[in-house]
Amino acid sequence: MSWEVVIGLEVHCQINTKTKAFCGCSTEFGAEPNSQTCPVCLGMPGQLPVLNDVAAKKTILTGLAINADINLESKFDRKNYFYPDLPKGYQISQFAVPIVEGGYIDIPTKDGEKRLGVTRIHMEEDAGKSMHEGLDAVSHIDLNRSGIPLMEIVSEPDMRSADEAIAYLKQLHQIIKFLGVSGADMEKGQFRCDANVSVRQKGAPLGTRTEMKNMNSFRFIKQAIEFEVLRQIEIIEDGGEVKQESRLWDSVKNESRSMRSKEEAHDYRYFPEPDLPPLRVTQEEVDAIKAGMPELPNQLRKRFETEFGLSAYDADVLTQTQSLAQWYEALVASHPANPKQCANWLANELLGRLKELNKDISESPISAQALASLLDRIADNTISGKIAKDVLDAMMASGKNVDAIIDEKGLKQVSDTGAIDAMIQEVLDANQGQVEAYKGGQDRLFGFFVGQVMKASKGKANPAMVNQRLKELLG
Amino acid sequence: MPFRSLTDIQAQLHAGETTAVQVAQLYLDRIAQYNDDLNAFVHIDPENVLAQAEASDAYRKEHDARPLEGLPIAVKDIFCTQNGPTRCCSNILEDFEAPYDAHVITRLKEAGAVLVGKTNMDEFAMGSSNETSAFGGVQNPWNTDCIPGGSSGGSAAAVAAGLTPAALGTDTGGSIRQPAALTGLVGLKPTYGRVSRRGIIAFASSLDQAGPMTRTVKDTAMLTSVMIGHDAGDATSVADAPNFDWLKACEGRDMKGLKIGKPKEYFIDGMDKEVRAQVEAALTQCEALGAEIVDISLPHTEYAVAAYYVIAPSEASTNLSRYDAVRFGHRCDNPEDLEDMYARSRDEGFGAEVKRRILTGTFALSSGYYDAYYLKAQKVRTLISQDFKEAFEQVDIIATPTSPVPAFKSGEKTDDPITMYLSDIFTIAVNLAGLPALSQPCGFSQDLPVGLQWIAPAWQEDTILAAASAYENATDWHTKSPVKFGGEA
Ligand SMILES: [Zn+2]
Repeated sequence: MSWEVVIGLEVHCQINTKTKAFCGCSTEFGAEPNSQTCPVCLGMPGQLPVLNDVAAKKTILTGLAINADINLESKFDRKNYFYPDLPKGYQISQFAVPIVEGGYIDIPTKDGEKRLGVTRIHMEEDAGKSMHEGLDAVSHIDLNRSGIPLMEIVSEPDMRSADEAIAYLKQLHQIIKFLGVSGADMEKGQFRCDANVSVRQKGAPLGTRTEMKNMNSFRFIKQAIEFEVLRQIEIIEDGGEVKQESRLWDSVKNESRSMRSKEEAHDYRYFPEPDLPPLRVTQEEVDAIKAGMPELPNQLRKRFETEFGLSAYDADVLTQTQSLAQWYEALVASHPANPKQCANWLANELLGRLKELNKDISESPISAQALASLLDRIADNTISGKIAKDVLDAMMASGKNVDAIIDEKGLKQVSDTGAIDAMIQEVLDANQGQVEAYKGGQDRLFGFFVGQVMKASKGKANPAMVNQRLKELLG
Repeated sequence: MPFRSLTDIQAQLHAGETTAVQVAQLYLDRIAQYNDDLNAFVHIDPENVLAQAEASDAYRKEHDARPLEGLPIAVKDIFCTQNGPTRCCSNILEDFEAPYDAHVITRLKEAGAVLVGKTNMDEFAMGSSNETSAFGGVQNPWNTDCIPGGSSGGSAAAVAAGLTPAALGTDTGGSIRQPAALTGLVGLKPTYGRVSRRGIIAFASSLDQAGPMTRTVKDTAMLTSVMIGHDAGDATSVADAPNFDWLKACEGRDMKGLKIGKPKEYFIDGMDKEVRAQVEAALTQCEALGAEIVDISLPHTEYAVAAYYVIAPSEASTNLSRYDAVRFGHRCDNPEDLEDMYARSRDEGFGAEVKRRILTGTFALSSGYYDAYYLKAQKVRTLISQDFKEAFEQVDIIATPTSPVPAFKSGEKTDDPITMYLSDIFTIAVNLAGLPALSQPCGFSQDLPVGLQWIAPAWQEDTILAAASAYENATDWHTKSPVKFGGEA
């Protein structure tokens, strides 16, 4: 039988604001429990929410980036349920009319680009955190997170494999980072995902879905989806029925377990939040937000390919983050002669070295201008590409500029014909036997002579000239 | 003195004939003497009251007097105050002390008012007779066998008995106007969005509005003018609301050219005959003052009570979810687990009427019932607003009885919630439409006060104040006070 997997994703993403969604408390991560709270986010009697405009603007920006429609009037609703880390007994969310509707994200697949629908993005507030472990039979609650603004990004059930789901999530994650609308730090829970998974025979109506809750690593999400697909297929092939339920992924046991069945599901009793009037924005405000939108990863990738002649692979690598793309553009600006060489040196040499140092491009010890001047020295034949790698090491270690290092270490390339000829002659004199053999037809000995000359020059001879002169002198 | 208006006391203070401390002491003495008969106050801190009065007298020596300098104001237990408990007359908030003042309280303090204490009310403002209070019922000063109305019954009784010259109430479905009517006072529910709700414990957020309860129309204007104004901390408080000079609005002495709508749905069989007669007599008097009485219809009025008893409990059911015994308020002894803590704490903390409304509201919002109840009620709400809008194309203001009956006997309706809910039949539509409305005394039925209600288009409290002032000037109902508490009937 041929099974088709159907996946829809809900991403909860913390909106990057200084203050919470409905009060003035700080959103700084890692503070003392309950130190960033006030009567509003503690749900005290008589306290009222006031919307943080920045959260709305960043949600609109995200909507525009995924080609969605912005509702000029959206509404807030209350989602009601009791839990100790939910101080008001309801979460302020958007249910009936979200701020963003109907967008899409394109992902690369082996059959070309695939368009995945985004149903909606709505704003809501986070709950606090309950801590049960290690605190003998008493639960503790930290409400620092209570009221932190979130956007929930809900996809259409358009993904047909775990890989597509991950590609969608990575793309979304990258867009969000580029827009600066969220730190999207998955370890801090700033980008969390629920996955709705079902299987069906190709062409059949949708199967019963289960919801995998609250995952915050691409690897776990992939594992969880793959596990769930196999679990569901097994149930059906054994003649059983998949139960609609919420499940939790256990990343230690590498399996999921049932969390809540459909029957146990909450009736959230959504209704319009009477404390907040509808959120109204004007088309002019939306246009202004659009005008300030940075170039997105897809656009950048395409521009890097056409403008700089990069391969799709290099373009992809260099657009992983906004800071990397900006670094690359600065490098090309200082060394415009060879954008491809810039890409190679940045992607392979500098990033490789930074990775060993556990550093991000933004923490690079050398500037784009410094790397450009190194490439200039290769271009003007002051040093060879091979020597340049040692120079780069020295630059990164000492912070000194390229010329100082070349001078200091006497690494200046030898391009003087007389000097190179003298070195060649010395090598040929010392290896008469090989010269005879070469002349007798053993062409592959040419490389041997190049190597010997470079060795004699301690690597400083200009390799192109060595090649050229050797050919001439060997006849 | 005890039955004087705020403006009279203010004049005496300005003239140096008395001091804030003397005024405060007088009312504290009366509270000490009479509160046991009335149960109007649930919290009094005499030292704190006198300290405020002393501070006011000191301020007056150094500065120009502020708008409410030295004037005693009692406050319904629904307003959060940093001093003393704020319990909304519920056991669930048994030890609650708010670390903040309601926005309105801040306004009053900044205006130099002396806050007298917390007044009794129906638990979470859910009631029309003040009998759902966790602190017991309140007696009507005009007949202590009777209820004072609700939910702002403590504020009403306190002002009517001369235990304070003025008090604050809140009005969700008539909770200022109905008790004002039943105790012979002036009470105003301002336009929704006129007064900040921040720091006022929520009952039904889309309906709640705070307002004053006073002896005269001018006192109401003076107090309201201090309470109003945009508050960035309440998103439903309206910025740039149309405003006017509130005291000047009270200078009307006739009603020439005023078109008063008399809706047939508010003069019905089954209402108290004497109440009807008194209100009709009041309208005749308005005609004599130059007004034109126009018969109008507000056809969806009969659905107002039903819509209200879906919308208000729906909002209340979630507004009251925060009383979960986790962070503050009553927690049951030795909870077995989380579920038990929620269930038992809330069962012990909430009274029967509050539970009834939480259950009603939870049901109305449940999936499968939402469309039939909540959504339908919202549609009715729109139709009711539309009724008023159309009526105000014909008339400037609408006059009705405030309550279909005068104060009834304590215990008379406590077993029959539906009959009790009908007490608010004439006040509820105003809240659903968000309009301003005022009740003022217009006579007596069986020696109990009768209230005349004025309703105006949104933001036109000035029209109400002008009409009510003209009527008040031409009559002496507002000068009556209950003999039992030293007044003159
Ligand atoms: Zn806060």
